[in-house]
Amino acid sequence: MTQLTRDRPALPRVPALAVLEYHLVGYRRTWRAGAFSSFLLPTLTVLGFGVGVGAYIDGGVGGVSYLEWIVGGLLASTAMQVAIAESTWPVFGNLQWQKIYFGQRSAPLRVDDILAGHLAFVLFRVLTSVIAFLLVTGALGALRSPWAVLAIPVAALLALAVAAPTFAYAASVDSDSWLAMLFRFAVIPMTLFAGVFFPVESLPLVLRWLAYVTPLWHAVDLCRAAVLGVAPYWSVVGHLCYLAAWSAGGWLLARRVFARRLVV
Amino acid sequence: MAPPLIQARGLVKRFGDFTAVDGIDVEVGAGEAFGFLGPNGAGKSSTMRMVGCTSPPTGGELRILGMDPVRDGPAIRARLGVCPQLDNLDPELTVRENLTTYARYFGISRRVARARAVELLDFVQLSDRADSKVEPLSGGMKRRLTIARALVNEPEIVLLDEPTTGLDPQARHLVWERLFRLKQQGVTLVLTTHYMDEAEQLCDRLVVMDGGRIVAEGSPRALIEQHATREVVELRFAAESQEAFAGKLNALGERVEVLPDRVLVYVPDGDAAVAEVAALGLNPTNVLVRRSSLEDVFLHLTGRTLVD
Repeated sequence: MTQLTRDRPALPRVPALAVLEYHLVGYRRTWRAGAFSSFLLPTLTVLGFGVGVGAYIDGGVGGVSYLEWIVGGLLASTAMQVAIAESTWPVFGNLQWQKIYFGQRSAPLRVDDILAGHLAFVLFRVLTSVIAFLLVTGALGALRSPWAVLAIPVAALLALAVAAPTFAYAASVDSDSWLAMLFRFAVIPMTLFAGVFFPVESLPLVLRWLAYVTPLWHAVDLCRAAVLGVAPYWSVVGHLCYLAAWSAGGWLLARRVFARRLVV
Repeated sequence: MAPPLIQARGLVKRFGDFTAVDGIDVEVGAGEAFGFLGPNGAGKSSTMRMVGCTSPPTGGELRILGMDPVRDGPAIRARLGVCPQLDNLDPELTVRENLTTYARYFGISRRVARARAVELLDFVQLSDRADSKVEPLSGGMKRRLTIARALVNEPEIVLLDEPTTGLDPQARHLVWERLFRLKQQGVTLVLTTHYMDEAEQLCDRLVVMDGGRIVAEGSPRALIEQHATREVVELRFAAESQEAFAGKLNALGERVEVLPDRVLVYVPDGDAAVAEVAALGLNPTNVLVRRSSLEDVFLHLTGRTLVD
């Protein structure tokens, strides 16, 4: 009986943290390139759109300069791009190519731990990118209000709202060409029409409602309000609940697909 | 007597209409080296995944370390080491990082993980590659690293799914030697293979699986005694068809098997049989007397038809 009752090392207290740690170790090799683009990308977009395009927009938007108006939206769309990029090929590869998830499954981790650990890493990537974005735009004088720091938790919530369903999608497709479709038919249209570059109100009514349905618009409205230091167009609680609903729905979907793939 | 570490009764695994494992009974005791032998599609890997607590059984009863694999999955896996058929190492990490990050899944502290990585890399002879990436390693090195990773939690049972498939002879021998050493340390080994020499070298006891069922069970020696004769005479005749000679050879041994290029005669005494062949006036162009092997048992039990 000694065999069966022998004391074993305890399991990790929070197994998902061990999974997060694995992803961070991998990121240590590529963080320089990542950090560089985290700073470069917002600088270029802010300069290109805010200063470049803004020069053609007389009188700005709603009483603020185009640069100040656009920066909140760009922050939200940056958060979304990073979140989705980190949830497509990396998830697909861990399942289909390097089969990392299967290795983790053989350890005393549950499917939820594997999923939560990887999502936590995506969150980490989004948070670092968003903080870099705020530092750069702040240095360029594009932030009107100290309330801008509130854009950080909003970006985190947006990241979950888009990353969780993307995990489900990337884990359910059988070919990585479906991932490129996601960018073509979801990410790019969202970026263009969810109020990042121009107010949603200038769209025809039908398209306006499509914009309202996207998680991005809700985060754009909140982030813009935060960096401008004004009230958002729609209810704060409403926005947060809507993003939380995407996160929760995405999580439930993702764990279902992960379980189907990993428990066979 | 200590209870078995692995106990399966009427174990079944179905995927839709397909039955991969069709009601098998298996018991593995502490310190044993146990083998699942069988052609591709026999149900070996499905069985291993159920034992590894990553695949819930469809039917029957399964206890691992006295626990229920569905309810106590993480607690059981904490005490298992798994070396899957296909390596799932992280090619971007270094050899060492693959071990230390994996150790963390078992709640092992970073300090202990680092120390254990050093020991294990020494054990699988990869110390000089500790800080190189996994990607450029040879197949044999990756396999050894996967085996090292399976040992990072000092498991009581190590599951190895085709541990040497695809390796060159040198690499295979090195893996065998390491596994043998583990066995000597008292680690319970459960492996699948379709290499007979591997099973003969490593396994105390094995089952032969075919079509999801167990068709024979015993030690390699016992299986040979039970399902084959002591020796085999292989005769090759110059004629187009070997068939013509088979009839005349029937009286010589317990069993005669006709292959396209030769005739196998299963006999207790090979040299005596060869003398009888000459006495019958047959003139084979080629004669070989050898001890029968597990391969003869295997082919006898599972047939010679190719399974892809």
